[in-house]
Amino acid sequence: MSDAPALPVLILLGTAILAPLVSLLLRRSARALAVAAVAAAASISAVNLVRVLGRGTLHTHMAGWPPPIGIEYVLDPLAAFVAAVINSIVLIVLVHARLSVDAEIPDRSRHVSFYALVLLMLCGFNGIVATGDFFNLYVWLEISSLSLYGLVAAGDRRSPVAAFRYLIMGTIGATFYLLGLGFLFVMTGSLNMADLAAILPHVWREPPVVVGLVLMVAGMSIKMALFPLHGWLPDAYTTAPSSASALIAPTGTKVGAYVLIRLLFFVFGAEFAARTLPVTSVIGWLAAAAVIYGSVMAMAQKELKRMLAFSSVAQVGYIGIGIGLASPLGLIGAVLHVLNHACMKALLFLVAGSFRLKLGHSRIDRFNAAVRRQMPWTTAAFAAGALSMVGVPPLAGFFSKWYLALGAVRASNWIFLAVILVSSLLNAVYFFRVLERLYMGKTGGPGKQEGPAGEAVEDGPRDGEAAASMLVPVLLLAAALLVIGLLNAVVVKQVIMKMIPQGMM
Amino acid sequence: MREFDSDDIVILVSRTLSPFIMLFALYVVFHGHYSPGGGFQGGTMLAAAVILIRLAAGSELAHLQFPRELGTPLGAAGVFIYFGTGLATMLGGGRFLDYAFLPLAGTAPALRSLGILLVEVGVGLAVLGILTAIFDDLLEGSGE
Amino acid sequence: MKTLDFFVGHYAYWFVVALLVLGLYGMMVKRNLVKKLIGMTIFQVAVIIFYIASAVKREATIPIADKAIGTADASLYINPLQHTLMLTAIVVGVATAGVAYALLIIIFRRYNTLHEPELMEAMKREEEEDGDE
Repeated sequence: MSDAPALPVLILLGTAILAPLVSLLLRRSARALAVAAVAAAASISAVNLVRVLGRGTLHTHMAGWPPPIGIEYVLDPLAAFVAAVINSIVLIVLVHARLSVDAEIPDRSRHVSFYALVLLMLCGFNGIVATGDFFNLYVWLEISSLSLYGLVAAGDRRSPVAAFRYLIMGTIGATFYLLGLGFLFVMTGSLNMADLAAILPHVWREPPVVVGLVLMVAGMSIKMALFPLHGWLPDAYTTAPSSASALIAPTGTKVGAYVLIRLLFFVFGAEFAARTLPVTSVIGWLAAAAVIYGSVMAMAQKELKRMLAFSSVAQVGYIGIGIGLASPLGLIGAVLHVLNHACMKALLFLVAGSFRLKLGHSRIDRFNAAVRRQMPWTTAAFAAGALSMVGVPPLAGFFSKWYLALGAVRASNWIFLAVILVSSLLNAVYFFRVLERLYMGKTGGPGKQEGPAGEAVEDGPRDGEAAASMLVPVLLLAAALLVIGLLNAVVVKQVIMKMIPQGMM
Repeated sequence: MREFDSDDIVILVSRTLSPFIMLFALYVVFHGHYSPGGGFQGGTMLAAAVILIRLAAGSELAHLQFPRELGTPLGAAGVFIYFGTGLATMLGGGRFLDYAFLPLAGTAPALRSLGILLVEVGVGLAVLGILTAIFDDLLEGSGE
Repeated sequence: MKTLDFFVGHYAYWFVVALLVLGLYGMMVKRNLVKKLIGMTIFQVAVIIFYIASAVKREATIPIADKAIGTADASLYINPLQHTLMLTAIVVGVATAGVAYALLIIIFRRYNTLHEPELMEAMKREEEEDGDE
């Protein structure tokens, strides 16, 4: 019984508190501290993942009090996997963030707050993933959400309004979750996840338990941006600073999906959540609608980040379809998509950040072949990310869609299958639109190229390719997509198969 | 924002009341485990005592008593006391925040009581700092 | 009698329902951003009262150890767990309100209005200006 599950949380929390204090003395240290802390958290989560896969679930009791009296932190394969993915992605994005943050947040004194908020956000996410107590989860959920509101508000002129809308919707979601938890607590007397899983089979039929489940699912669906509760997402992702978008897009909604999976399949059990009460079916159908809606809206966008935001709505829909299938294949598809989408979205948003830094904009109608000639490697990485999103083998994106499609076929749900196939076509439409402009667009297209200060510049390489600190993370993620795709059988067999709960096989 | 208009009666009453509010707030913080109270409640009252002077005497005068720059670092220091207590327990051999393992002399129940007290003091300081910082930020400057 | 018990016996929960509906109404229907925020606060307070109402026991007193009553019988004190949970929830509500008011101040400084239709107008005009560049 070691402290391992709680260590990433404690390290990130400690650094988040230290960063403002230390940067009073050493002015520029906030970023270095943040990178060091996230690197430590990422390595600990990787080690934890290996340990959990080898030796089974890790437990730690906070303050020594045993559950169900005390708060317990549990790392089972699912939690360890999600934690490792989130920490690694944030580490890669933070490396890229140095130049992007310098450009998009001109006021130096705000950088300390930015990095402290990033640390708090990641601390909250790690807490959500590691905790074994539902109320503790609410606390971490709100910590991470408040940091997210702050990160979103740091962007351009419209970002405070987007952040305010996100705040209202996010708080409604968290309050619904709390209310639902209240019902569950009144009926069962416990807040501990393992304890609830043992008690719930005795009280399933009671109306308060059903209401509690529905409220908690509704609350987490708002956090996860499941259609039609996704209203906060497009504006928030678009107006946030590019680094912030790259930080929250791969991680925020995934953690919400993790909570749903934990709640529906591990605490309530697939038996209740799917068959006794059609909760997963509702989630599945809403998710299918999300996929179509997100893909269609993405096709209409003129700005890269907004297009990627709607694409995120669609991708969350894929994970929702996986949850909705409530079968082992569905869960495999959903969890694999968590990994894949984190890498893909981080890559695409980082490229958008590089474009904004080097070109001064990220509007699709102003992309042309000059961009590709100026930044060949970044554009190539973007192409890899785009192909993966569409689902072209052997890149990673294909395999999660493959498992979801297999799950849909196994469940004889032809509509889900059709949704997956049609949406891949729609993805192809809006991504290839961008790729066509970049690879085959005419130079000197409509309007002159503009430098970051708005002056008109001639075509041709101006500032050149993105700097190493921005290029290396992007290329690393692109390579990761290829590696995960080729090794997906290993990932599924060694990691994800161990996550499937008893009641589902 | 309207021009600040100073009034002798308001200033006199606030100056008299503010120390008593702070004293009562300290009582609330330290008696958290014997009566309703604790860190957050006491911290809010401490912040109220400080903000009362800001409201009554105006920002320039009040910043002589409790400077503007002190808010956020005090908040961070308060959280650090909390975290530090937890770290001390880990260094003493127990889990995070297991007060019985604080590296001090005493029986386990006495150490637990002391640990909670330390934590409450940390929380009180943190709440004082942060609420005052929120008030100062809302009042002036564009989103510092 | 059963209908009377349904309404009067559960009056605390009806109160919570009324506050929830008020809060949701404020958030959805009111057009001023500050009123939306007040609605959100009312909504959170409703959940807090729900938890506290669920902690009550018959013939029980507040959960502070009393020398006269002693600590042997737990049914003489109301359940303190919900109260401690709600302390945390209140703090979360305060922090959220703080962040929200800071955002509102920034919005007001940039757009000079907190009335949502006017705000949407101002943002749309700004977006058109950005698009014309």
